[in-house]
Amino acid sequence: MSARAGWPLYEVFVRGKRGLNHVHVGSLHAPDDEMAVHAARDVYTRRNEGVSIWVVRADAITASSPDEKDPMFAPSGDKVYRHPTFYEIPADVPHI
Amino acid sequence: MSATALDSPDVDVDPGLQEQFDATIAAERRIEPRDWMPEGYRRTLVRQIAQHAHSEIIGMQPEGDWLLRAPSLRRKAVLLAKVQDEAGHGMYLYSAAETLGADRADLTDRLIDGRQKYSSIFNYPTLTFADVGVIGWLVDGAAICNQVPLCRSSYGPYARAMVRVCKEESFHQRQGYELLLTMMRGTPEQRAMVQDAVDRWWWPSLMMFGPPDTDSPNSAQSMAWGIKRHSNDELRQRFVDMTVPQAAFLGVTLPDPDLALDPSTGRYRFGAIDWEELKRVISGAGPCNAERIARRRAARDDNAWVTEAAIAYARKHEARS
Repeated sequence: MSARAGWPLYEVFVRGKRGLNHVHVGSLHAPDDEMAVHAARDVYTRRNEGVSIWVVRADAITASSPDEKDPMFAPSGDKVYRHPTFYEIPADVPHI
Repeated sequence: MSATALDSPDVDVDPGLQEQFDATIAAERRIEPRDWMPEGYRRTLVRQIAQHAHSEIIGMQPEGDWLLRAPSLRRKAVLLAKVQDEAGHGMYLYSAAETLGADRADLTDRLIDGRQKYSSIFNYPTLTFADVGVIGWLVDGAAICNQVPLCRSSYGPYARAMVRVCKEESFHQRQGYELLLTMMRGTPEQRAMVQDAVDRWWWPSLMMFGPPDTDSPNSAQSMAWGIKRHSNDELRQRFVDMTVPQAAFLGVTLPDPDLALDPSTGRYRFGAIDWEELKRVISGAGPCNAERIARRRAARDDNAWVTEAAIAYARKHEARS
């Protein structure tokens, strides 16, 4: 095993500017959390792309299955009444 | 990898998965890392993304050779930023390859062992500082032609990496062209240096688009999968059409007596490319192949102690906390 393979994988999230969420931008390998933040700055924010960085070990992330047909997301598919357009309001009611 | 291997359907695959994959591609939606995908699609992507990443990393060397000899602090700062960007592009791409289950360290080993390739262009030497300008103008210009359509590649992480890369390539090309404009306003010797560099880099730049369509066996499948968006010849033509007016503005000639505007199409016809040269350089016999790989190998081996020390330090601190 090469030495590099001993560095865990980190996923990197960057807040582009104040008022925005952190967004996933990619991944990198680093020996520890602190080095991961430094490396993330060098790799992902060379041109003011961010004001804040989160790094998290990839093996600490739990994800849903990506399959769109997954029953995980089925409950939100048939509840149209959760959307404002479900409700009919006469056009002459102001500000609604 | 043979075309037959790519075409053969995966064995024991739920046909529903293949259908869903095909539908996603057909609808121009993106494939994401944990989606099911045909083995050939995954293999092709790993090969292409790794080759692309290796090109960025090896691509640091020809220009890196001028970092300590840049003629001014301004040019040195620009060149440093550019070479650092190439490293960053390599990292974005290795990151994308890893989403497909590849391992970064293993990919580097494959590059050093010669099992994976990188762009033939980086096997040419940078003889004068004008080469730095010409690389920015022609080599990065060709790379932009190649990469802009890849921002719409069907594989999400690759497409997103390309968006970041393309934003930064524009700086690379402009700094190169500006450098050349400055030299062309200089002494006759400086103008001669620019012309000499253009003469040496023009044909290798055209070869960057790969073999002609008639000799590019995997292209059709890659285009069907949406990994590739345009054929090699199409992109090469687009590059020539963009570049000829830029050469005229600069005041240099391109070393091709057959280069001429075809009034019926509005596009430039150009002379025959020496495909034997491309084959030679790709197969390892270019002017700098051995030097490039030797330096990459030295970087891996000589710096191994740093990666080992860093992980030992991290483990020690983990144990204490």
